[in-house]
Amino acid sequence: MQLDAKIPAGPLETKWEKNCFDLKLVNPANKRKFEIIVVGTGLAGGSASASLAELGYNVKTFCIQDSPRRAHSIAAQGGINAAKNYPNDGDSVWRLFYDTIKGGDFRSREANVYRLAQVSNLIIDHCVAQGIPFAREYGGLLGNRSFGGAQVSRTFYARGQTGQQLLLGAYSSLMRQVARGQVTMFPRREMLDLVLVDGQARGIVVRNLITGEIERHTAHAVVLATGGYANVFYLSTNGMGCNVTAAFRAYKKGAGFANPCFTQIHPTCIPVHGDYQSKLTLMSESLRNDGRVWVPKQTGDTRRPEEIPEDERDYYLERIYPSFGNLAPRDISSRAAKRMCDEGKGVGPTGRAVYLDFAEAIQRLGQPEIAARYGNLFQMYEKIVAENPYKTPMMIYPASHYAMGGLWVDYNLMSTIPGLFVLGEANFSDHGANRLGASALMQGLADGYFVIPNTINGYLAGSRFAEVTDRHPAFKESVAEVVAKVKRLLSIKGKRTVQDFHRDLGNIMWEYCGMGRTDERLTKARKLVADVKAEFWENVTVPGSRADLNQSLENAGRVADFLEFADILLLDALARRESCGCHFNEAFQTADHEALRDDVNMSHVAVWEYAGEDKEPIFNKEPLVYEFVKLATRSYK
Amino acid sequence: MSSKSINLTLKVWRQPGSKAAGRLETYQADNIPTDASFLEMLDIVNQRLTLAGKEPIAFDHDCREGICGMCGTVVNGRPHGPERETTLCQLHMRHFKDGDTVVIEPYRARAFPVIKDLVMDRSALDQIIMAGGFISVNTGQAAEANSLPVPKDKADLAMDAAACIGCGACIAACPNASAMLFTSAKISQFALLPQGRPEAAKRALAMVACMDGLGFGNCTNHKECEMECPKGISISNIARLNREFIKAALVSQEK
Ligand SMILES: Cc1cc2nc3c(=O)[nH]c(=O)nc-3n(C[C@H](O)[C@H](O)[C@H](O)COP(=O)(O)OP(=O)(O)OC[C@H]3O[C@@H](n4cnc5c(N)ncnc54)[C@H](O)[C@@H]3O)c2cc1C
Ligand code: FES
Repeated sequence: MQLDAKIPAGPLETKWEKNCFDLKLVNPANKRKFEIIVVGTGLAGGSASASLAELGYNVKTFCIQDSPRRAHSIAAQGGINAAKNYPNDGDSVWRLFYDTIKGGDFRSREANVYRLAQVSNLIIDHCVAQGIPFAREYGGLLGNRSFGGAQVSRTFYARGQTGQQLLLGAYSSLMRQVARGQVTMFPRREMLDLVLVDGQARGIVVRNLITGEIERHTAHAVVLATGGYANVFYLSTNGMGCNVTAAFRAYKKGAGFANPCFTQIHPTCIPVHGDYQSKLTLMSESLRNDGRVWVPKQTGDTRRPEEIPEDERDYYLERIYPSFGNLAPRDISSRAAKRMCDEGKGVGPTGRAVYLDFAEAIQRLGQPEIAARYGNLFQMYEKIVAENPYKTPMMIYPASHYAMGGLWVDYNLMSTIPGLFVLGEANFSDHGANRLGASALMQGLADGYFVIPNTINGYLAGSRFAEVTDRHPAFKESVAEVVAKVKRLLSIKGKRTVQDFHRDLGNIMWEYCGMGRTDERLTKARKLVADVKAEFWENVTVPGSRADLNQSLENAGRVADFLEFADILLLDALARRESCGCHFNEAFQTADHEALRDDVNMSHVAVWEYAGEDKEPIFNKEPLVYEFVKLATRSYK
Repeated sequence: MSSKSINLTLKVWRQPGSKAAGRLETYQADNIPTDASFLEMLDIVNQRLTLAGKEPIAFDHDCREGICGMCGTVVNGRPHGPERETTLCQLHMRHFKDGDTVVIEPYRARAFPVIKDLVMDRSALDQIIMAGGFISVNTGQAAEANSLPVPKDKADLAMDAAACIGCGACIAACPNASAMLFTSAKISQFALLPQGRPEAAKRALAMVACMDGLGFGNCTNHKECEMECPKGISISNIARLNREFIKAALVSQEK
């Protein structure tokens, strides 16, 4: 597998400009001759579809939901970063770049991250122009809040609904292009295969989720923006439909899968409370602006929180990480919470929770101000837990949330398959081993609004394309495979439901590959997952037919892919002989339990290459070269 | 949280396809934990149906935290069920009593045909947005964000309107199946912001014309939409739409 990251030479500050200048352009009249498929309508796919259509390309856009407006980006709560430095608190493009590289524990590419910081300000400008109602100060200017891993206030937000508002902005731009006829929208479609002709990505095969029909769609290039795979843990903060299927099918067609073991566990979620539970709800990191995290000092303390006096509480984040306090990054905060619970200081009925307490903030700012800042989150908490967080501290615990890993892409966001581009959470590009809060929205929109419209032309103008119709043998082959798989799932007629298998998989992944990993447990997990997978193919029951809306069948396909993908995730975790960011192998830690990196041997992107059914994938690596920043031990103390 | 379980009788609309006839089927839902959400209750029922060799109930959902707008059926005659400002996925079973009978149906509106069971086609809402629910700005054209201050009270009102999740409950609640609350929320968001003013007249005329053309009914001020909206979108937006529309119809050249 060739891994040429295609990073332009020269100073960091001018790489992006130089790259755009060096890439060939497609003249406006020729843009009409190209068709581009975009799979996904989240922030990445929605913004890409709209921007490519504005340029004059013919775009075909697909999503699983009934409307592009419902992609899971809609659920993002807290905010989006940009280096505007409006608060005059010392921010800059360089600082946003540096914080993001450091936050990722020095496992991402300098050039990509710098570009992200550079275009961050353009995103805010564009979103304001689209009419996104960001929070404002009394003078009418934009407001900011703080997020984890930063000591400046650079996060823009729209109450607790930032993702919703940004997505509705991208959606409205997309719908404008649908109205112009420049985008054809295909909702309720699930991509089940990528089609290659002469080694180039030339189309996709999708299932029409209403009629069950298997459809073929051709294009000159395919853009995947299909989101993350956190649902491999079953319980996660992601939507129920989030999946690895599209990315995994592309992997099987030759796209490298990068750093699959970099999965983020978010520190502030509502704890697990029953086995009927279908998802975990995030309580935005923005709450840590004003909320203080604590546990009782004494182990096994069963008093109610209000009965525990101040001096018997351990505000452990403030104690261990005094300079970042409650705003320590996610990986660090999550592990700290786990450690507290492992030591027996956890609270709540299961002992797997810590308090997030607003009493001090309510006293300082008053309840109305807290309600204005976080009202919808408090309401969400109360609906689920039936306790009033204005009066009783919230109980929170870490949960699977985000995938830093994803399909490998070069600087132009092209995968190892020519003509297959990958954007947003589906790629691996910018967050290294740990993503900082409010930077996924930034990355999704950077990729879609500003990067892909400037890089796809290089590929389209510089490649030759054979005439391809949907009658091409490659499509026929792919359809046959897809249909065979669907039929097989329906024919097993076993004794356990799809959800049941998914829950089993999730339990294994969480127990053995969650916040603390060891070689022994990872190896054991591989065996356990293989057993679940084997049983799945013998004993799953998928009711209904393939010729109409069949949600069990949709789910079965996704869970089948998760079961296969999980093994690569585990392999990757075993292969990374260090701890970094979210990946914490207990064999590699400092005396005070922080992650211990190995920059000499492990400063690389691990890229897995499909080697055939039931064969171990091939390991490749892209070395990470640091020219502009000095690798440092990450400290938030 | 203190979890108990309750037993319920469900009457669920089952309809195999858009052209098929549908009817209410009765199911016994026993041992439902009160800490489960309404959709988790349906998951439990579906697991049992599947294991009994029957087809599970099809229903739309995704985020399960009240923001994507994908869920939403009529529960005991009310879209999203009995709790105020609560989507179906956020409704928890503790709001039901042991022995209750719960009737679950899709929205009944001409513009929202049933696809299967509780799953509806709500693409008419996308069409209303296509007609003008946007600001015409291409990527790259924007001015520096703070070059256009927006009074905070206006920005806050715009955000109140923009909180709409597009679930369609307002239409299901309205005796005329009017889409005025949905449409007015989008028109208001943009009408309140200086960025949205240049196209305000055109937008109001186009979106209202589209809405009328899609078979939604008229607004006759029943206010049920506001009552049932899971996001508390205010009917003052409808008044704003009417003002915008009249202004546009009177003075705009874009008729
Ligand atoms: C609860 C929550 C809160 C968050 N809060 C924040 C925050 O405050 N700030 C921040 O920066 N980040 C936040 N994040 C992370 C961020 O929201 C996501 O990483 C980001 O929105 C992902 O965008 P995306 O466009 O890559 O994918 P998504 O928005 O997940 O979109 C994926 C799209 O792909 C489609 N799709 C998927 N598979 C297929 C298939 N096989 N065929 C066809 N279509 C397919 C889906 O239908 C969908 O349209 C949060 C995440 C969660 C879960
Ligand atoms: S499932 Fe998203 S709003 Fe209910």
